Amino acid sequence: MRFTYVHLLFILHGFAWTIGLSALSFALGGIGGLILMLLRTSRVASVRWVAAVFMQIIQGIPVLILLVLSYYGLGFAGLDVPPLVAAGIGMMLYASVYLADIWRGSMESIPKTQWEAAECLPLSRWQTIRLVVIPQAVRISLPSTVGFLVQILKSTSLASVVGFIELTRSGQLVNNSIIKPFLVFLLVGLLYFALCYPLSIYSQYLERRLHVGRRQTQ
Amino acid sequence: MSFEVEKGHVAVIIGQSGSGKSTALRCVNRLERIDSGRIEVCGHAVEAPDLDVKLLRRDIGIVFQSYNLFPHLSVIENITLALRHTKKLGRRESDEIARQVLDRVGLADKAGSFPEQLSGGQQQRAAIARSLAMSPKVMLFDEVTSALDPQLKNEVRRVIEGLAAGGMTMILVTHEMGFARRVADKVILMHKGVVHEEGSASILTDPKTKELRDFLEYDL
Repeated sequence: MRFTYVHLLFILHGFAWTIGLSALSFALGGIGGLILMLLRTSRVASVRWVAAVFMQIIQGIPVLILLVLSYYGLGFAGLDVPPLVAAGIGMMLYASVYLADIWRGSMESIPKTQWEAAECLPLSRWQTIRLVVIPQAVRISLPSTVGFLVQILKSTSLASVVGFIELTRSGQLVNNSIIKPFLVFLLVGLLYFALCYPLSIYSQYLERRLHVGRRQTQ
Repeated sequence: MSFEVEKGHVAVIIGQSGSGKSTALRCVNRLERIDSGRIEVCGHAVEAPDLDVKLLRRDIGIVFQSYNLFPHLSVIENITLALRHTKKLGRRESDEIARQVLDRVGLADKAGSFPEQLSGGQQQRAAIARSLAMSPKVMLFDEVTSALDPQLKNEVRRVIEGLAAGGMTMILVTHEMGFARRVADKVILMHKGVVHEEGSASILTDPKTKELRDFLEYDL
């Protein structure tokens, strides 16, 4: 069979869902990551410990398994959820633990003297985090955060295993009917690249700008 | 160690590096943990475990050697941050106070600049203005001119001398003996973690102990 306009449309539809799932993963992962990061840097040792163990566990499990676990786990709990929700939750777990680590690193790179200055004014600990530390940390973490967005985008291809029809899954389905794997997956690969490459370039640009900015402050 | 600073007076702590000057100063607003002893500042028992550190620090301003301005905020935002979030003042009122203190340190024209655009001396004066804006009852200065070039030290010293003349209670840690002589009502020599000699500024010209004599000789 020939590759037709209908097949292309189907793949582009999957492409749109890849963007959608990536955005969802990033948004949910961002919320989860922020909470985990705050727990991980808490003043209470046991809270820090629990957050650290949770992050270690999730980071030690492949995304593919996280997705399968969240799909069947929710089913096991008696919840019949659409694949988007299962994929969204699995991706959220994955994204949040890595984002929490990236952001914690940025927060910890803010000199202790900034905390001291703020707490002597005196701002409360939470005001210090919110008004002094996070605004500076965001700038530092931006290149790595955008870089990680590329990883999230590529990882959404794994959501095909829970029956979510994103770019990879739509490619598989088209290929099943026309049996032209090289053509189909070349197109799929190019579409991923078209999304990821600009983000990588943007991340590198942010990285350069950050270094220029930091040189000036010294 | 033990010493007292009267209201409206300026105490200057001198001594070799590692003699505990900065630690002593930082204990006054609980930046360091206090293992034993008593410190009283404006009615606060600083060493008390149940002390409300925030209330204590509302009465005490501190200026550091490395300025520690917030690099992501403009000079005026550096100053209004605590006015708005700790004192809960409105924007207009905070801006008004910020402009007054900037005027006092001679930086009225730098309100909109960012710290990285200022010289070290200007940054340090902005940091003093930031503390001053909270109208503290006591101000602590931790080697605030040490990181500055000689010509910039002077502009910061002048600001501090102005505060002394205005009756601000201050404790300074410094290595500059000429400056100490000019502003001090009381000079405290720290040596190996204790107050070794204490007296009026005259002890800088007429030291009683060998350590102070040695220390002053090194300085010249």
